[in-house]
Amino acid sequence: MAVLAAVAVLLCLGVIAPILASRTAFPWGDPLAHDLVYLGSAAACLIAGGAALAYFLAATSAPLELSLPLGIPWMPAQLRLDALSAWFLLVINLGGLAASIYGKGYGRHVDEPRRVLPFFPAFLAGMNLVPLADDAFTFLLAWEFMSVASWLLVLSNHRQPGNAHAGMIYLVMAAFGGACLLLAFGILAGVNGTYHFADIRAHPPAGWVASIAVALVILGAGSKAGAVPLHAWLPIAHPAAPSHVSALMSGVMTKVALYGLVRVLFDLMGDPAWGWGAVLLVVGAASALYGILSALIEDDLKTILACSTIENVGIVLIGLGLALVFRVNGLAALAALSAGAALLHVFNHALMKTLMFCVAGAVQTATGTRSLERLGGLIHRLPVTAALALAGAAAISALPPFNGFISEWLTFQAVLGSPLLPQWTLRFGVPVVGAVMALAAALAAACFVRVYGIAFLGRPRTAESAAAEDVDPWMRGAMAGLAALCLAVGVLPRAVVVPLGHVVASVVKAPLPSATNGNGFAGWLWLTPLEPSQSSYGGLVVFLAVVVVTVAGAAGVHRLANNRVRRAPPWDCGFPDPQPATQYTGSSFAQPLRRVFGTLVFRAVERVDMPEPGETRPARFDIRLVDPVWTVLYAPLLACVSWVADRANPLQFLTIRRYLSLMFAALVILLSAVALSR
Amino acid sequence: MSAVLAVLLQLVQFALVLLVAPLVTGLARKARSRLLGRRGPLVVQPYRDLAKLLRKEAVMAENASWLYRIAPYLVFALLWLATALVPTFMTRQPLSPAADLIALVGLLASARFVLALAGMDVGTSFGGLGSSREMMIASLAEPAMLLVIFTMAMFVHTTSIPSIVDFVLGRPVGLRVSFALAVISLTMVGIAETGRIPIDNPATHLELTMVHEAMILEYSGRHLALIEAASMLKLVFYLSLIAVVFAPWGIVRADPDLAGLGIALGAWVAKIIAGTLVLSVFEASIAKMRVFRVAEFLGGAFLLGLLGTIFLYVSQAP
Repeated sequence: MAVLAAVAVLLCLGVIAPILASRTAFPWGDPLAHDLVYLGSAAACLIAGGAALAYFLAATSAPLELSLPLGIPWMPAQLRLDALSAWFLLVINLGGLAASIYGKGYGRHVDEPRRVLPFFPAFLAGMNLVPLADDAFTFLLAWEFMSVASWLLVLSNHRQPGNAHAGMIYLVMAAFGGACLLLAFGILAGVNGTYHFADIRAHPPAGWVASIAVALVILGAGSKAGAVPLHAWLPIAHPAAPSHVSALMSGVMTKVALYGLVRVLFDLMGDPAWGWGAVLLVVGAASALYGILSALIEDDLKTILACSTIENVGIVLIGLGLALVFRVNGLAALAALSAGAALLHVFNHALMKTLMFCVAGAVQTATGTRSLERLGGLIHRLPVTAALALAGAAAISALPPFNGFISEWLTFQAVLGSPLLPQWTLRFGVPVVGAVMALAAALAAACFVRVYGIAFLGRPRTAESAAAEDVDPWMRGAMAGLAALCLAVGVLPRAVVVPLGHVVASVVKAPLPSATNGNGFAGWLWLTPLEPSQSSYGGLVVFLAVVVVTVAGAAGVHRLANNRVRRAPPWDCGFPDPQPATQYTGSSFAQPLRRVFGTLVFRAVERVDMPEPGETRPARFDIRLVDPVWTVLYAPLLACVSWVADRANPLQFLTIRRYLSLMFAALVILLSAVALSR
Repeated sequence: MSAVLAVLLQLVQFALVLLVAPLVTGLARKARSRLLGRRGPLVVQPYRDLAKLLRKEAVMAENASWLYRIAPYLVFALLWLATALVPTFMTRQPLSPAADLIALVGLLASARFVLALAGMDVGTSFGGLGSSREMMIASLAEPAMLLVIFTMAMFVHTTSIPSIVDFVLGRPVGLRVSFALAVISLTMVGIAETGRIPIDNPATHLELTMVHEAMILEYSGRHLALIEAASMLKLVFYLSLIAVVFAPWGIVRADPDLAGLGIALGAWVAKIIAGTLVLSVFEASIAKMRVFRVAEFLGGAFLLGLLGTIFLYVSQAP
């Protein structure tokens, strides 16, 4: 198993890096350690990703299994590579490869490289192990390894104000999620306590026990993925890490969390009740809308991207929820379509979010800031980054001919199957969820027009952004590769839809119609979710048509029209103002949408303090926003926890005699509980 | 049907929408002027305007970037493509598998994305104002449009326009409440998206009321001509879409013969003229809204779309 070799390489790198890095005192860390870590990580990701790809290209798609004598003595670590793991390994390692290459350049700009170098490959290793795990123990070990490594990376810049707080919140949420998963696997293992996934699959729990397990898994994986209302840590912790790590956390780690959800809900659990599909749909719709609305009002580039991750996780959850309700109701083709859409969005979002975080890192490197209000005009100073960022922004706004559009289009096509559902709740509910998703998609376009328009277009708002220089070739190369993949997947979706067919077949036990429809040339030209007469999208056709019509239009206009161009000062209705401060800012761009949605969702209050004529003090404008999830859910919870902690405080000051009697009482109570339940 | 003829007819479709677009805008202006008691410009005035703009040199701001220069070409191409993909006189064409309703919404969204960015490129306050408001209107209009599509698609089980036409013509659909709600909702979306009264005034140059015009304020010469042509195409797009989805009568579905094509073309022109006149009457009888009331207008369109979807189930219930 080449993936294991790659993981071993990554772990070794994690061990070697601190030894090498402590040798000398170079300003940005030891060059040898730096090159070794990032190039080594890139090579390891290439091997692991290649192994996942080889799994899809191989004629036989039998799962590979391996049992390693590691871990608890009576329970060897079970590893397994099947289509679902291979798909997620592909996603992880594509993101990992790009982030490693990017890190080769970006790592020099990190404040404290010695706090990043050892944990970066360890983080990648943890993420690679999660999809490979085939027993609950190994799964949780890898999961927690990934969490702790990323937590250390979030804290790598711990002297920055706010980062310690971010690390604290992340640790609490990760512990909560881990605890939920631990209990969930405890329930799944049952009274016999076999943690091997094959045993769980053979004897899934039933009844209310199964419901508790599903709820715990949704809580545990959802908190890692950033599903509302467990999203609170994403916009705080993701931006705190160095940009190439943020890219991995937002673009890749949330996907590992979704892998956990898919593995348990679709593979291990048998058939959960359709109500859980409805729960996923509601949580997904709430995440999509809430995430993008938060992204619209934020100012920090990386916080905006983290909020947009919440939106995209919501879209994936909607697809998974649809797959669940269709599968429970025996609508195999639609279940396959929904699962395919969700898994394709996982792939697409990993590409575009990694790209956008890399762009954010490039902007920060070039200008020293991530605040939209301090940027502007970067298209002139960072031409290559700006062009690649445009591709990323278009992809993440779900615009054809880029890849984001394909997965959202497929999800919409799945939503349209809702009239076939027998449950009335779902028949009415699914179109509403679809409408919310449409709203989120439209708002995403507004959000990324704002991000790109304020940061890259217009006039520079500060001296730093006026003097910015484009970033080094490693960073540009990583971004270019990601942007090219975003376009390639959008233009030739069949290249990923065919391997996706294997994954979907193993997840919902039904073939993906898009993968089997239209073989040959027509299959490459048109993507058909169900039947060719029902709907089809030709990525290549649309792309070529746009190119041909643009070129024809341009040629026609240049033949017919006056081709002279004169440069002049901006017109601006006759009153151009030379001060860049008179431009629209990020806050003013968001104002119409903040007025429409903000008063409802965030209880936004705008206050204008206008001095009387003759007064010399400046006019002031401020906005107050209230995060509803924080005030409704977290604040009471925190108050509750501290109340309980206060009450439990005296327990810390008991004598040894009392502690022993407490333990004895606990033992007696538990034994009598067992005796009564038998 | 031979391949050459098919390609030829596809090209005719592209040429047709492009040539008709200024005429539709001219007709709308003329009809509205007459309704307001003015004589109004000639119907062919938009052709003259475009020719005039093409003759003039393009003046660009000193700090305009490459995005500003390519945006007009891209916007024009995307809208021309979207408009030409909506079937006008026949449904079976080489590119008709691409005539998927959601994909068309995507093409329009791409055009809007590029244009909104171009509006922010020079860094003037008007450009930003226009882009911001345009994106606000679009983010309310697009979900409403998708709900209309849901209503149609859940009824006919397809999002492909040729299949919808086959369905509507293939069996007596009858009058349906859902369709009536959908057509009203789609009209409201079309009015908002094409920047007509009461959302935006295409004739205004009063700064505070501009949306679309503010966004393209810096453009001139051939660039402006392309953007103007693109907005004219957008009007044809919505008229043509409403015509083909809700009133597809007359359109050629099988192999075309000359008489059938003639009838189909005549029917399409008649439908477009009727739609333009209805639009003018609507525009003449209503005043422009404040920008922040647009949310209520489009929220109404959104709810109508949702009601349409729900009525679909109520009417289908046994």
